[in-house]
Amino acid sequence: MPPGITLAADAPALSAANTGFMLICSALVMLMTPALAFFYGGMVRVKSTLNMLMMSFISLGIVTVLWVLYGFSMAFGTDTGGLIGWSSDYVGLSGIGLTELWDGYTVPVYVFAVFQLMFAVLTPALISGALADRVKFGAWALFVALWATVVYFPVAHWVWGTGGWAFEMGVIDFAGGTAVHINAGAAALGVILVIGKRVGFKKDPMRPHSLPLVMLGAGLLWFGWFGFNAGSWLGNDDGVGALMFLNTQVATAAAMLAWLLYEKIRHGAFTTLGAASGAVAGLVAITPAGGSSSPLGSLAIGAIAGLLCAMAVGLKYRFGYDDSLDVIGVHLVGGIAGSVLIGFFATGGGQSEVKGLLYGGGLDQLWKQLAGVGGVLAYSLVASAVLAFLLDRTIGMRVPEDVEVSGIDQTEHAETAYDFSGAGGGTVSRAAAPLPVNDPVRNKKVDA
Amino acid sequence: MKLITAVVKPYRLDEIKEALQAFGVHGLTVTEASGYGRQRGHTEVYRGAEYTVDLVPKIRIEVLVEDDDAEQLIEVIVKAARTGKIGDGKVWSLPVETAVRVRTGERGPDAL
Repeated sequence: MPPGITLAADAPALSAANTGFMLICSALVMLMTPALAFFYGGMVRVKSTLNMLMMSFISLGIVTVLWVLYGFSMAFGTDTGGLIGWSSDYVGLSGIGLTELWDGYTVPVYVFAVFQLMFAVLTPALISGALADRVKFGAWALFVALWATVVYFPVAHWVWGTGGWAFEMGVIDFAGGTAVHINAGAAALGVILVIGKRVGFKKDPMRPHSLPLVMLGAGLLWFGWFGFNAGSWLGNDDGVGALMFLNTQVATAAAMLAWLLYEKIRHGAFTTLGAASGAVAGLVAITPAGGSSSPLGSLAIGAIAGLLCAMAVGLKYRFGYDDSLDVIGVHLVGGIAGSVLIGFFATGGGQSEVKGLLYGGGLDQLWKQLAGVGGVLAYSLVASAVLAFLLDRTIGMRVPEDVEVSGIDQTEHAETAYDFSGAGGGTVSRAAAPLPVNDPVRNKKVDA
Repeated sequence: MKLITAVVKPYRLDEIKEALQAFGVHGLTVTEASGYGRQRGHTEVYRGAEYTVDLVPKIRIEVLVEDDDAEQLIEVIVKAARTGKIGDGKVWSLPVETAVRVRTGERGPDAL
């Protein structure tokens, strides 16, 4: 019997309220992927906007299909050795009854499967920000499929699956600091170490082409994140979901302010990109920690993460690795900050009774958090680099240099994001042109 | 005749137009332009990465006038365009051989 199926005798009843709440949360998490697309899309140059949007968006297609076929089974099926799950009932999501409940909770397995699906969709999309402007779209799509299979599904099992090594060890990852953000950030580092820098990195100006799009994306991410975080308690019978919702807001606000203050002192201006980035850094950091910290603790976690991430984004220029949109600086660093700070700020009054260092809990939880962070980071980094290397050696990961310089949108997608020509520009090929309504050919009577 | 060209801050355009009208100038040409002088543009910051943007938006005003009016008109434009801050721009004049009003074919000062 898979771990998610509960015996009728000890089963809690299906809660319509929790089920409805979780379906709404799932929809909110779904919104985060297109929101991320806009967040990233605004940060690239005009010539590669569509590619950036598509690299996020395609994950909704690929990962959803894989999730139904075998992803849910690998992540949440019966454990083998703490490393991977598998349950034949979950393959194709075919052996699950409509009212079967998930693992002692009051929501159906289908609800849990669809909620977790949205996490699985978002995580590979996060990686794409590091690879802006230079990766073949087909190679990216294949990478998403392989990465989800080889990295995400197993890591989700480690962290959240019954029997997963990190889960059993007691590593706390409420809503995905380890499984989502550290995982994606480490993968981004692994891939860019293989594929290299953009043409003109550190020489050409690569200013964001639309900060309003970035703000729109960040705002929608913030909104969707309430589903991501508050939904991770799978219900709201005891207030932990509400605590998580509150902590999400508090940490995000503190991180945005911390980033802006750092920028004002260091660079002399409160920037829009800084506000958006600080907010995302706070959201990332509170994701693992918000179920176990207090609102005041969350304030501290957000502020620390905002400051650390603001400092971290400059490292790519110092070390010379081209993490285009700072996936490492924001998601890896923010994820590590939040995961490690649980070891300090866990109050023992939220999702678990575990206490952190500042609440008299000693070093125990801190070591567990570090082990969880280290294990996921190392595996994701190495496995992602190997996948990228294999793809690069077979089908090639990068577009030719001239394509990168002229803009990846035109060659990879046969489109451009914006039409800047006053008169529409160019001519329409006759074969492909739609006929106007009053076209004599179209209006000719066949029987005349 | 002289062609007076002024490259100035965009927001001074209304002041300059009014000053020119008060002086009795009937027509002018305005073009959006960009460039830099001694101030060398400005700096923008994106996640700590500083970009120097050399070219600053300007407007270019061109006026054709009779020789006798040129000096005085330059003074009028300079006075209207001046803010006293860096980047106020430049005004210069060039001799013009001929000018033709397209509608009537009038030439020289009559065409102004």
